Amino acid sequence: MPREQIERQEMPAQDPQERIHNFYEVALGYPEEIAKLEAQRCLQCKKPRCVEGCPVEVPIPEFIAALRDGDLAGSIRVMKSKNNLPAICGRVCPQETQCEAMCVLGKKGQPVAIGRLERFIADWERKTGVQKPDIAPPTGKKVAVIGAGPAGLTAAGDLARYGHKVTIYEALHAPGGVLIYGIPEFRLPKDVVRAEVDYVLSLGVDLVLDCVVGKTLTLEDLFADGYEAIFLGTGAGLPMFMNIPGENYNGVYSANEFLTRVNLMKAYRFPEYDTPVKIGKRVAVVGAGNVAMDAARSALRLGAEEVSIVYRRSRDEVPARAEEVHHAEEEGILFKFLTNPVEIYGNDKGWVRGMRCIRMALGEPDSSGRPRPVPIPGSEFDMEVDNVIMALGTRPNPMVFTDAQGIERTRHGTIVGDPITGRTTRPRVWAGGDIVTGAATVISAMGAGKRAAADIDAFLKGVFTEADWHAKKEEVPAAHP
Amino acid sequence: MYEILYREDLAPVTKLIEVKAPLVARKARAGQFVVIRVNEKGERIPLTIADFDREKGTLTLIFQEVGKTTMMLGTKRAGDYLASVVGPLGHPSEIENYGTVICVGGGVGIAPIFPIARELKQAGNKVISIIGARNKDLLFWEDRMRSVSDELVVTTDDGSYGRKALVTEPLKEMLAAGLKPARIWAIGPAIMMKFVSLTTQPFGAPTIVSLNSIMVDGTGMCGACRVSVGGQTRFVCVEGPEFDGHQVDWNLLLERQRIYMDEEKRALEHWKEHGCQCDDGC
Ligand SMILES: Cc1cc2nc3c(=O)[nH]c(=O)nc-3n(C[C@H](O)[C@H](O)[C@H](O)COP(=O)(O)OP(=O)(O)OC[C@H]3O[C@@H](n4cnc5c(N)ncnc54)[C@H](O)[C@@H]3O)c2cc1C
Ligand SMILES: Cc1cc2nc3c(=O)[nH]c(=O)nc-3n(C[C@H](O)[C@H](O)[C@H](O)COP(=O)(O)OP(=O)(O)OC[C@H]3O[C@@H](n4cnc5c(N)ncnc54)[C@H](O)[C@@H]3O)c2cc1C
Ligand code: SF4
Ligand code: SF4
Ligand code: FES
Repeated sequence: MPREQIERQEMPAQDPQERIHNFYEVALGYPEEIAKLEAQRCLQCKKPRCVEGCPVEVPIPEFIAALRDGDLAGSIRVMKSKNNLPAICGRVCPQETQCEAMCVLGKKGQPVAIGRLERFIADWERKTGVQKPDIAPPTGKKVAVIGAGPAGLTAAGDLARYGHKVTIYEALHAPGGVLIYGIPEFRLPKDVVRAEVDYVLSLGVDLVLDCVVGKTLTLEDLFADGYEAIFLGTGAGLPMFMNIPGENYNGVYSANEFLTRVNLMKAYRFPEYDTPVKIGKRVAVVGAGNVAMDAARSALRLGAEEVSIVYRRSRDEVPARAEEVHHAEEEGILFKFLTNPVEIYGNDKGWVRGMRCIRMALGEPDSSGRPRPVPIPGSEFDMEVDNVIMALGTRPNPMVFTDAQGIERTRHGTIVGDPITGRTTRPRVWAGGDIVTGAATVISAMGAGKRAAADIDAFLKGVFTEADWHAKKEEVPAAHP
Repeated sequence: MYEILYREDLAPVTKLIEVKAPLVARKARAGQFVVIRVNEKGERIPLTIADFDREKGTLTLIFQEVGKTTMMLGTKRAGDYLASVVGPLGHPSEIENYGTVICVGGGVGIAPIFPIARELKQAGNKVISIIGARNKDLLFWEDRMRSVSDELVVTTDDGSYGRKALVTEPLKEMLAAGLKPARIWAIGPAIMMKFVSLTTQPFGAPTIVSLNSIMVDGTGMCGACRVSVGGQTRFVCVEGPEFDGHQVDWNLLLERQRIYMDEEKRALEHWKEHGCQCDDGC
């Protein structure tokens, strides 16, 4: 078939009526023939715009060409030169605002399904066995990585490949960060995450779980123990509430608590697993990001009959990935746009009974560039609900800083870090991911981990010293083996 | 994995274990707690650090079997392992030489009050302690408490040992007789801490309580543990566990402790029927 006539290939998915009763993965991935067909659509642009849209500059046309030609091993090798976690990124990157948004085919028709191809190639590798990369000879230098989310795992993997001895310290009892406690099984199976973690550990990285840095150990303890560099990848895990009356009623959850119970603690398999979660018939989720979609769709799978997303702006401003919004709609999640809660009310036993909301109109753009929602006076109305889940965004957890000297932070609690090198204001301490940017994306956290690892390596090899720390920003040292 | 080195039954439903967790022991201080998981499928539950030994790298935990997780923990013996021990979490108690202090421990709350009383004593305070339980069988560590107290009153609800009274009764008499303690610490079931706070409020005696809200992570990331203190929402795990008892919204705490009552019953029945189904071979 001529290339121009091939349409963007749909990815098979579980039937909506079936999947709302289980936690299995919704999107099923391309079969090989379909992947190759989709790969043929790529024009192999000389100046590929798609690459500019990818935060880690995956060599997109190259990996697609190899896939198209049936060289799957070559394809994954190209991919992994820039992206250590393709099975994850292929599933959760907001492609429609990144790589695929820039694809030239998208100007007139549908962009190449870059994310789906990325997922295909990574799943192929997981099935056939992962090749271990070359590891540089040991340098004898010790590096501590705090937090086992995408930023920390990526930094640790690269540092190990440069030959350094890396130990990751993680507060929870399982590695993966948001990938394990936040994003549900039906969107990102935990064996995919586990495989990526195992890969990093196979490079010789040590992992210490149940270790809350700032409590169990402090940064000063780590320096005293002989670590020469520390990377902070502790994310933005602190939940926000609206500070409206009634938020402490039984049945009101932060999305973090709800998702942690369901994903990390596996409450959807209660009582086989011990941790319970309590979801009634009608559930309101406040917010419209990925977190809100995940919470709403999880609530549905736990047996809720009516789940509403309550969002103060309009459909056009919804920040979640397009695919998640689409899947949520297919599953029957209701969307209440231009609506904002003002109060939660309860019964005499302290349980949620309903939520009072006010309708909103869009006004002038605010500091984020989006139209500011303004309440319409007198438009209050009540929704009867059994649960409210607050998915309003998160801030960095300050716990890691207990005795940390000289690490400057912004008033939002994020670290002041160099966007290229990840250096903080304190020598020998780097940071990257959500702790620097505030809640962002998996791929941007990975990118930050990668750049910081390169800078740490340059430092440990003496390319620059503590004296140069605050001097004019170093160029990131050239690519490593 | 964290090895249990020693176990002792303090009372039919109250058990003591000593568990190896050197990193936690190195940092532990009175008033702090740990979050533990018994096994891979287990829930994360908070337990106060009742004692610690930095040299041996051990923590002493004392728990009352009230539901599935604590009962499962109660089946563990020396040589068994816990899946997780995380900590030390929460702020330590603020220990200074205040003058005269009163330490009130109710039920399993005697365990966490002990290291606080000991440190207060070491700091030079005159320590008056009141410990109480529903009956004689639930009482423990009278000797330890005596060893760190200048005065000790023991009560039981049913009079099976010591004075037949609730801990609030001797406390009220002391305050009514004109004793002016610089601080009172009260640890026990929420309902007991509530009534201690109500007892001391009219006398204006500063009262510190250690709140036992439901928790998941214990590091501030979920908000399960939120309570209202002085009209403000606070996270017990990172901002507490100790708060001014006169400012706590006790009814909210008591209501929030009951969120999972039905599920707790189901979990316990499931466990009694099927036994432990985890893969750890316990
Ligand atoms: C529900 C949900 C859905 C999302 N969906 C998407 C999506 O579809 N696509 C996308 O691109 N992004 C998504 N995101 C955002 C994305 O997951 C994050 O941007 C990304 O995980 C940030 O990575 P990180 O490594 O900086 O931090 P995290 O993933 O937050 O990892 C930080 C780790 O550090 C640990 N830690 C914290 N403090 C300490 C301490 N003191 N000591 C030791 N360890 C500590 C934490 O336990 C955690 O494991 C989603 C986020 C959520 C919550
Ligand atoms: C800071 C803190 C310190 C504590 N210290 C001790 C201690 O030293 N000794 C002791 O015996 N108990 C202590 N507790 C209480 C102990 O955590 C609960 O008894 C235990 O979680 C009960 O679990 P279960 O499965 O056996 O019982 P369940 O049947 O699940 O519940 C019984 C009771 O425990 C409460 N509870 C249930 N799950 C949790 C949870 N995840 N977190 C907190 N409470 C829960 C419930 O509100 C209920 O009232 C402490 C609690 C807190 C918050
Ligand atoms: S990593 Fe994400 S943004 Fe980059 S190419 Fe892959 S899917 Fe696109
Ligand atoms: S812009 Fe689109 S067509 Fe061009 S190389 Fe990238 S994916 Fe292929
Ligand atoms: S237990 Fe999760 S925030 Fe306190």
